[in-house]
Amino acid sequence: MELGVFVIAAAMVIVGAVGVILRPNPVHAALSLVLTLFGVAVHFVALEAHFLAAVQVIVYAGAIVVLFLFVIMLLGVDRTEDITIEPFKVQRPMALVVGVGVIGLVTAAVSSSRDAIGRGNGLEIPTVTGDNDSNVRQIARSVFGDYVVAFELTSVLLVVAVVGTVMLTRRIKSGKGES
Amino acid sequence: MSLLAAATPTTTWYLVLGAVLFGIGAVGVLVRRNPLVMFMCIELMLNAVNLSFVALAKRLGDIGGQTTVFFVMVVAAAEVVVGLGIIVSIMRRRPGATADDIAQLKG
Amino acid sequence: MLDLLWLIPALPLAGFLIILVFGRLLGEPKAGHLATAMVAGSFVVAAGVFFDLLNNPEEERHHVQSLFSWVPVGSLKVDLAFLADPLSITMVLFVTGIGSLIHLYATGYMHGDPKFSKFFLYLNLFVFSMLMLVMGENLLVTFLGWEGVGTCSYFLISFWHTRESAATAGKKAFVTNRVGDWGVMMGMFLAFGAAGTLSYEGINHAAEEGIISGVTATAIALMLFIGACGKSAQLPLYIWLPDAMEGPTPVSALIHAATMVTAGVFLMTRVNPVIEVAYDWAPTLIAIVGVATAFFAATIAVAQNDIKKVLAYSTVSQLGFMFLAVGSGAYVAAIFHMVTHAFFKALLFLGSGSVIHGMHHEQDMRKMGALRLLMPITAFTFIIGWLAIAGVPPFAGFWSKDEILLYAFAKSPILYVVGMITALLTAYYMTRQVIMVFFGEARWHDQSEEHGAHGDFKPHESPAAMWIPLVVLAGLSVVGGAMQLPFSKDLHFLEKWLHPVVEFGEAKIKGTWAYDNKYVLLGIAVVVALSGIAASVLVYGKKKVAAIEPKVLADGWHYDSAISNFMGGPGRKSFDAVAWTDRVVVDGAVNGVGRVVRTAGSYVRRAQTGAVRNYAAGIGLGVVALLVWFFLRGVVL
Repeated sequence: MELGVFVIAAAMVIVGAVGVILRPNPVHAALSLVLTLFGVAVHFVALEAHFLAAVQVIVYAGAIVVLFLFVIMLLGVDRTEDITIEPFKVQRPMALVVGVGVIGLVTAAVSSSRDAIGRGNGLEIPTVTGDNDSNVRQIARSVFGDYVVAFELTSVLLVVAVVGTVMLTRRIKSGKGES
Repeated sequence: MSLLAAATPTTTWYLVLGAVLFGIGAVGVLVRRNPLVMFMCIELMLNAVNLSFVALAKRLGDIGGQTTVFFVMVVAAAEVVVGLGIIVSIMRRRPGATADDIAQLKG
Repeated sequence: MLDLLWLIPALPLAGFLIILVFGRLLGEPKAGHLATAMVAGSFVVAAGVFFDLLNNPEEERHHVQSLFSWVPVGSLKVDLAFLADPLSITMVLFVTGIGSLIHLYATGYMHGDPKFSKFFLYLNLFVFSMLMLVMGENLLVTFLGWEGVGTCSYFLISFWHTRESAATAGKKAFVTNRVGDWGVMMGMFLAFGAAGTLSYEGINHAAEEGIISGVTATAIALMLFIGACGKSAQLPLYIWLPDAMEGPTPVSALIHAATMVTAGVFLMTRVNPVIEVAYDWAPTLIAIVGVATAFFAATIAVAQNDIKKVLAYSTVSQLGFMFLAVGSGAYVAAIFHMVTHAFFKALLFLGSGSVIHGMHHEQDMRKMGALRLLMPITAFTFIIGWLAIAGVPPFAGFWSKDEILLYAFAKSPILYVVGMITALLTAYYMTRQVIMVFFGEARWHDQSEEHGAHGDFKPHESPAAMWIPLVVLAGLSVVGGAMQLPFSKDLHFLEKWLHPVVEFGEAKIKGTWAYDNKYVLLGIAVVVALSGIAASVLVYGKKKVAAIEPKVLADGWHYDSAISNFMGGPGRKSFDAVAWTDRVVVDGAVNGVGRVVRTAGSYVRRAQTGAVRNYAAGIGLGVVALLVWFFLRGVVL
């Protein structure tokens, strides 16, 4: 049963990812992205990270992708990009090398340390910390306990990001031109 | 059936999946020219990392991995805001621009 | 008196400084008297030191007075120190003695010259430098004096600098000397490198002990010899001396007859142990250069018409004799000849100056003649000088020249023969000069219009300030030979006096054919001198035989023009080649580095496309590379 879930969710992830990079139309790419994000959320649930699964759907798939679509519509860049042409001849081979390299090397590294990570004690993946609290509780304890400073800083970060973006996208009427 | 039931996904599988997702995202960033699509590929890479973190959190029994993912998501959100803001500013001036047209750093 | 050693150079230096500041105030003739007094004072002190040394036994005639530590740098420790030993005191005595006589003479000769005080300024500075040279305890003090006399020579030769020939002559002298100075410097470097010290005592001791020998000693000796060739006007660096006659006659007498040009011989004598331990061909080379120069210059002197030029070439020739002596190991004979030559050459120059003065600055001998009646003192003293240089006994020149030829024969009969021929020529051309100037018919009547409104032009005798030194020098030329008469060992005063300085290097000729038959050689010398005189009388006096004065000799074997052609032609080409190398190769290499960097940069810059995707690809490749590296480093398998 877990295997089936894994396979299906993994298929969603991969198909969506390939769709993002291969679809010429940006709107289609965004929708593929939603598929990927959803697949990742399913994996989170399978890994007993329930809170994160919820946040993934709400924030990533719900807010961020919507934002993408807003901007696509706003700017009217939904014209399809011609993906057959490539001005830099060397770019595609380099991309291939990077992709294959990363995938191959990480896979090799991971599989060669299988005993340390993977099979370990049989077929079961142990639960988190043997703690009987719900996942939310555990995360809450961690965020507001060990990492409370980081938490505060991220809130500052959000404010800064918003203010910064507003500043960046101002239209300055004095004729100086837009930034 | 027993074969299917017997093969439970191990941490290794998740990590490999994460690697594949990361690789696809990387290729996408390098190949696509539409800035928004490039951004989406970056989001793919971030998700791959999140997946790896959560898988390892489960394996090692440490909630810290999930906390990290929490923060990654927050920062990703902020990053998207700013990034799209920048893209909007640039694209307003030159509609139809691609990533290759912003080449002021040419030496 | 030995403690007052420092006073000897200090007095002329004081004279120089006083005249420098107060020269204009003192004016003529006080500046001249002051300068003369200073040099005379040095002579008195030197005489005192001489007697002090005489009172000491032979081994202790070596006194060093160190004024202060001059160069204490690492292992090089050089003091400003003076050395009083037989050789240096001998030099000091005749430098200051003849120097003061010439200073006295100059007060008369330079009468009326607008730059009168300046002349004595330079003269005192010159005497100071020369004294530093001969009294130096180490090569560096000597070199200080060496350079100093070269500089003063330049000042004094081009004293009448408004005359272009004089200015050029001064430059020529300085540049030629400089070439020789390179030799001295190289010698100093080698000596320091080999012996670890620049003091004469150290270097000579190292040579005697065998620390310096073979190649090093030969190199040092020859380098110093190059310097000596420059300063003492030997082949190939003699060219400046004839031109130096542009200077006033007292300058020619002092610098270019008696003192500066002897510095080279002095230096060689000082380092005679080094020459002794060098390879045998080194002193032979010195002797050959000396005798060749002597012969060469004598041939040129035969055809000169300027009264001073004859004496200039004669000086070059006599210096050649001195180097012949040095090369034959006859250091005592070299010093002997140096001293006697100083007497009679200074006498001859001053005499010629008297003639020029009396002839209202006419120097061409063809326009003189029969002057003995009008300038009796000058004529009489000049004749004594003539007899001395021609080598007629019992005058001084005969004894010293004979001593040299004796040692030359002991080294090689060929050297002796060439030397003898040169002696013959010396007698010949000097007689020619005497006849042309003082005898024969008066040829100056025709030129009376050329020499200013004197009405009836008549050459006249010179003032007392000028003929007193002539008389003194004539006296010395007569009795000077007494220093070293060959008749018996007891009469070898100079040899006994100089013994501690030259004993290591002096050639020992007892038992050679030359020594055993020295009276025969003496007789031959007399015959040669007299026949030279007789031949000249025949040609110029009685006019029985036509004069042989080919143009090539008058032009000095075209030596000067050969040098100019070489410098202008191949010399210029090589200079241009060197400049080209510097411009193209050296600068080219330096600029080339810049060019290479720029070109490489222009290739590397192609990576800066400005496109973000390319940069991202670069980052991606870097990540892959890092992964590969980590993977290879040791992923646990």
